Parts: sequence; C-alpha cells; structure tokens
Amino acid sequence: MVAVQMQDDLRRVLDDEGKLLQGVKVPQLSEDTLGQIFDVMLMVRVMDDRMMRLQRQGRLGFYMKAIGEEASHFAVAPLRPTDWVFPSYREQGAWFWRGYTVTNFINQLFGNELDPVKGRQMPVHHTARDLNLVSISSPVGTQIPQAVGAAHAAKIMGKDDVAMTFFGEGTSSTGEFHVAMNFAGVYKAPVVFVCRNNGWAISVAANRQTAAKTFASKAVGYGMPGIRVDGNDVLAMIQVSTEAIDRARGGDGPTLIEALTYRVQGHSSSDDPSVYRDPHEPDAWEKRDPLNRFRTYLKHIGLWSEELEAGITERHNQAISDALAAADKLGPPPIESMFEEVYEEMPWHIAEQRDWLLRQARTKSPHAH
Amino acid sequence: MPTMNIIEAVRDALRIEMRRDQRVVVLGEDVGKFGGVFRATSGLYDEFGADRVIDTPLAEAGIIGTAIGMALYGMRPVPEIQFGDFIFPAFDQIVNELAKFRYRSGGQYPCPVVIRTPVGGGIRGGHYHSQSPEALFIHTPGLKVVAPSNPYDAKGLLLACMRQNDPVLFMEPKRIYRASRGEVPEGEYTLEIGKAAVVREGTHCTLLAYSGMVSIAEEAAKKGEAEGVSIEVVDLRTLMPYDIDTILASVKKTGRCVVVHEAPRTCGFGAELIAAIQERAMDHLEAPILRVTGFDTPFPYTLEHEYLPNADRVLGTVRQTLEW
Repeated sequence: MVAVQMQDDLRRVLDDEGKLLQGVKVPQLSEDTLGQIFDVMLMVRVMDDRMMRLQRQGRLGFYMKAIGEEASHFAVAPLRPTDWVFPSYREQGAWFWRGYTVTNFINQLFGNELDPVKGRQMPVHHTARDLNLVSISSPVGTQIPQAVGAAHAAKIMGKDDVAMTFFGEGTSSTGEFHVAMNFAGVYKAPVVFVCRNNGWAISVAANRQTAAKTFASKAVGYGMPGIRVDGNDVLAMIQVSTEAIDRARGGDGPTLIEALTYRVQGHSSSDDPSVYRDPHEPDAWEKRDPLNRFRTYLKHIGLWSEELEAGITERHNQAISDALAAADKLGPPPIESMFEEVYEEMPWHIAEQRDWLLRQARTKSPHAH
Repeated sequence: MPTMNIIEAVRDALRIEMRRDQRVVVLGEDVGKFGGVFRATSGLYDEFGADRVIDTPLAEAGIIGTAIGMALYGMRPVPEIQFGDFIFPAFDQIVNELAKFRYRSGGQYPCPVVIRTPVGGGIRGGHYHSQSPEALFIHTPGLKVVAPSNPYDAKGLLLACMRQNDPVLFMEPKRIYRASRGEVPEGEYTLEIGKAAVVREGTHCTLLAYSGMVSIAEEAAKKGEAEGVSIEVVDLRTLMPYDIDTILASVKKTGRCVVVHEAPRTCGFGAELIAAIQERAMDHLEAPILRVTGFDTPFPYTLEHEYLPNADRVLGTVRQTLEW
C-alpha cells in the first residue's frame, strides 16, 4: 500500500490580511507572474460583474459567477501548456490563465455564429482544444474519470503530461468521483483532483454531502494524499498545486486537493440564496476575499498601486465592451450547423432531416434579444 | 481460407489493429491475463502487455469514463463491457459524454471509442446476462451502433469501427459466439459501416434481422422454401446509421416485410424500421409490416425459450403477411 499523507490543517501562505505567514512554503513566482495572476483575478471579477448585469437586464440567458472563489482557479497556474484541464463550470480564471480570449468567452455566452461551440451549449459551457481545456458538460462529476483516462493515456504513451480536474464538494457525492479516485489510485495516474469546497451545492450545505470530517480525507481510501488548502489564498493554492503536479509528473501518482472557499453569491443567475441560507453567512467570508488578500500582499511587496489596478480594470472593461459590441453585430449560427458534427460525416437520416427543416418556414426564437 | 468463430474473428481484428496502431488499447474487466470471460482478448495481454490490455477495477462508468479521456488525449481505446446488461452504470458517460463530445465542443473534440459488448439471450443467463439494449443507444444521437451476425462481418466491421473517428457501440451476439463459424480472410479487410447485406434472396416477403436473429431468420427462410414460401433475408449489420436503401429495395421487391429482434417490442428498433418503410414505400406494400420480437417483459430465466423468437414463429408471421 502507498503511504498516505493526511492533514486536517489548512495549508496557508497568506493570513486573512494578506501578510506572509512565517515558516510556510511560499511558491517561487516572479514579479511578472504575480502581476499576471492579479491581472487574471481582476478579469474574472470584472467579467462576472459585467455578465451578471447583462443577465439581469435580460440580455444574457444565464450566467454563473465565481466571486470569492477566484483564487482556487489558479491551481492551473503551475501547469505546462501541454498539460490537460478537465474543468467544471466555475473556473473562469483557469480559462483566462491558459489564454482563452474575452471574445471567445463572450461569443460562447451568446451562442452566436462565432461561438467556439456553435451555439450548441448554454452559457458557461466552454471548449478550447488548442489550450487543452476540455469541453464542459452540466452533469456533475463526469469529467473526473475522463481526466484520469487522459492522465493514464499520457503515462502509457510515455509522455510526462499531467491532467487536472475541478469539481465542487457536492460532486464528491457522485459515483463518478469515487470511481475516478479509485481508478487513479490503482493506475497511479498523473492526475490532480481539485475539489472546490465552496460550502454550498445550490441550496444544500456541505455537511449534507458527507459525514467525513473533511473532503480531503476521502483520499485515504484511494491510496493518495489528501491536502486541505485555504482556497481563498492564491499563493497557497499555487504552492499546493505545484507539489501535486510535481508528484504526478514525477510518477508518484494522484493527489486530492480540497480548496476551502465560499460561494459568496448564488449558484447561478437562476438561484436565490436568501431562501435557504442566513443572509449574514457570507459576511465572514467577505473579509477573506481572495482578491483583497492578494491585493494587500502585492501592496506589501510594492507591486500594487491604485493606478495600476485602475489601469488593469479599465483594460478589461474595454476588452469586454469591445467583445460585446462585436457580438451585438453577430447573428445565430446557420441552421445547417445544428445538423453538423453529430458524426464526422453526416449520415443520410440527418441530412434528410436538415433538408426538411430548410424547406419549412423559419421560426422566431422567443428568447431573441 | 481459415475458418473462425465470432470470438476468434473479434480477437483477430483486435490483434491486427493493435499491431498496426500503437494508440489502440483494450480495457475492461478480466480482459488481461484471463482474456475476457468469453476469451475475446485471449493472448493479447501476452503480446501487448499490461499497458495496452488493461484489467480495470470493476466499475463500468470508470471503464467508459477513462476510455473517453484516453480518446480525447489521442488514443484509440476499445473498452469491453463484460455483458450488455452491465452497461447501464456507464449510461451517462456513453449517452451524455461519449456520444456528445464532438458536437458539444463544436467539432473540437472527436471521441473515437469503440465499446464492445456481448448481447442477447439463449445462454441461460436470465435477466442480467441476456438483454438486447440496442434501442436505447440507437436513440442516442452521436453514437453508431453496429451488430454483426457472423465471423466475417464481425472482423471486417470491427476493423472498420476502429479506423473511423466516431464512437461506436459494437454489439456481439453471444449465443452464437462459438456456434457461428465461417470462412474469414487472414489479415486486413474492412466492411463499410452503414451497409446491410441481403444474405438470402427471395420474392414473397422480406425479413429484416440483425445480430443473433439473422440465423433464426435464415432458418425460417429455409423452412419456408420447403413449403413454397420465398423469403428474402436482410442482415442489417449496422443499426445506426441503418441502410435504408437496401431495406427499401428489398421491401419494394417483395411487397411484404417482417422485422425480427430479441429486444422488447414497444419502442424497439422494429418500430423505427416499420415507420421508415411505410413513410417511403406505402405504395409497394401488400400487407402490414409485422414484428416477431421479445416481449415487453423483463428477460426470463426458465422460460427464455418461450421468450425468444424462433423460426416457426417467424415463418408463421410471414404467412400472416401472405394471407393478408
């Protein structure tokens, strides 16, 4: 059996005020990288704010914010571009970090003719093959065994790529989570599991998902380390993730990371948390806001100023405004595209159905904006 | 030309493709040293090793889920589900993931996984070793469903499946895994996916069958011939996409049609075939299209011989169309 490392303590690098803790491992990041992290965290914050406002104005069908959880996305920061990410639906930062463009992000939300997935999925279900970011699906947990398969394939093919997968604590209740953890342990697959424990699975609190003391402890049964980390501390996220990625790439197998964070707002634009939780519950977490803590840290080391942040925010806002203006001029994908890529080549019955539809009078979408 | 049974033909196809293409891997329960409970992968472990003939933990969702990840990464996994009856823990991975990856990613992520699984009854296996779940998968856009009835087709179709880029459910007729024996060319050949075969020509009525029911249809045709009834038997071979042209040509020729399948009747594949034929060939039909199928019950153990279609019932149903 593999010796299992287990810790109930949270790994942290920054305290709640954004000061470096003494005697902890700190990730070795250049000033440039620290600046890029702050830049992308701000992008998530600005994008989420803008998109939610559009949704509330009735101009966007659906959205999912990540406010308060942005730091957890940076588990991807130590990955190489050749490594693979199997995301859930709330890791915007991982996408922007890997180079997903604001234009693609926004075109996907609108499902327009330039949407990378051609209007075939509802908002926030992105795909970027060129960035090794795998297509998102809505049923939770399905991506976890897929990540194990990709990692195992890399190992079989003699490559040193690593796969990372994200999911929420509610997803740890699915069969797929346990199946995938078990396969990964048995195969010693180079995979990193990142569980974003944000306290809530829509309306159900984390204590209704498990009777275990921590989600990280589930790793024990599968012969891998389970690490608990302050998911609102971006430096701790990167440190813990670096260790897990190194472990995977070095042939020592998988790691489960539980990133303790908090879903400050609703599950999605369709949710209303006031129905099921104390409206003051988020207050304590707002003090641990990951962006604030990182900002304070950068200020301590002389890498932050109000002008700098204002500049970045302005740049992001401009990019979003430009992408929205461009998207405004775009129409829906052509009708034919509905029938394409079901298979590599279109079979006769789908061609017949397409031709039939094209002969019908056009139907107006009741959801057109 | 050597003769092989279906198991040997499947194994031959796997071996040829694994030698030709390093990306092809076999995974599943007991497929390694043991060679599978039906021995389809026997000898592959010794030749290709544990990395390419993978004994998985016992969890179908994990077998298919990991196979998907392997395919996305660039491999060509050929997972085995030990019995078709055990496929349902992987249903979500097959229906919502595997079959949808290409489409939902805007064509960015093809997912070439060929799932092999034995189906059908007649082996005294009861409900959990006998089912024919094809309709559930034919009803799944994005998935191809292939169901050979003999060794020659099994090898040629399996090779074709492993060389194209869509996910396939490859259903093998376990009752005749060994009983069906025939000439199979050595080395490589492929059969076109989506093409049916007229395995016996006739003029009075068309029998549409696939998988384990083709031999039953042929037996009925032989009996019919002795009684002056000329029956044409079409082996569909691929169920999705099915070969509408061959089906229509035969039905237009004979003017009558009976569909035979083991699966339950209601919403079975026969229902789709009949709808498709009557939409396109109403003027050619001399009688309603009838079905001989399994019943809308769970698959029984003791009474499976009563449950399964047989040649007499098929011939009797053909006579019904003749007497219309």
